[in-house]
Amino acid sequence: MSSDNADQRSGAKSMSIIVTKGTLDWAYPPFILGTTAAAMGLDVTMFFTFYGLPLLLKNLDLRLSPLGNPAMKMPLGGMHMGMPNLASVVPGVEAAASKMMKNLMQKKGVASITDLRSLAIESDVRMIACQMTMDLFEYTLADMIEGPELGGAATYIEVATRSDINLFI
Amino acid sequence: MADQTLDAKGLNCPLPILRAKKALQSLPAGGTLEVLATDPGAVKDFQAFCRTTGNELVESSSEGKVLRFLIRRAG
Repeated sequence: MSSDNADQRSGAKSMSIIVTKGTLDWAYPPFILGTTAAAMGLDVTMFFTFYGLPLLLKNLDLRLSPLGNPAMKMPLGGMHMGMPNLASVVPGVEAAASKMMKNLMQKKGVASITDLRSLAIESDVRMIACQMTMDLFEYTLADMIEGPELGGAATYIEVATRSDINLFI
Repeated sequence: MADQTLDAKGLNCPLPILRAKKALQSLPAGGTLEVLATDPGAVKDFQAFCRTTGNELVESSSEGKVLRFLIRRAG
């Protein structure tokens, strides 16, 4: 694990990301940017809060919802198909859409979130689990993968103050 | 001949970069890595990766759908 002072190491550039969303689609940007920045030599810190926090759970069952998301159009037989809101509320549709997206991602060689998360840990990305969210949703560190530390807003702000890039996703 | 070859064909962003980074770490300074990829975004991404990390992009070419990058690890 990286130390608390990882972001002060060796004058490297640094990046922090606040991760606030935990659906299958929204889980990608923070993990893709975090792992890539680490690969490019940046010191990276990810702060997991609200719905982003469950991305640290040992067992991930990520889903996405076509509901209220008219931009979500899946390729289908040369066309692109959206899902009307009315259809999205039918039981089972959300699970089916999530499964469809996972199959598509696998077919296109897109990494799984579990893989990207392991790569992030491997490359010493510092992960902070929001203490308040842990309390709010009744999680403990035992529910989470090895690696994250606990912290609050001040912990994040200290990191952000010293970072070259700060993202909120 | 490169010291090592990484087959990243079929992998999508950011996996070619992440795998290449890992492979470069196993090479000595000045060692060369050949990366084979099919992700069209890799062309610009390897340029950016090398500019930022100081590794040298010795060659960037393509043969059919397969892209080939030759990277020399920074010394």
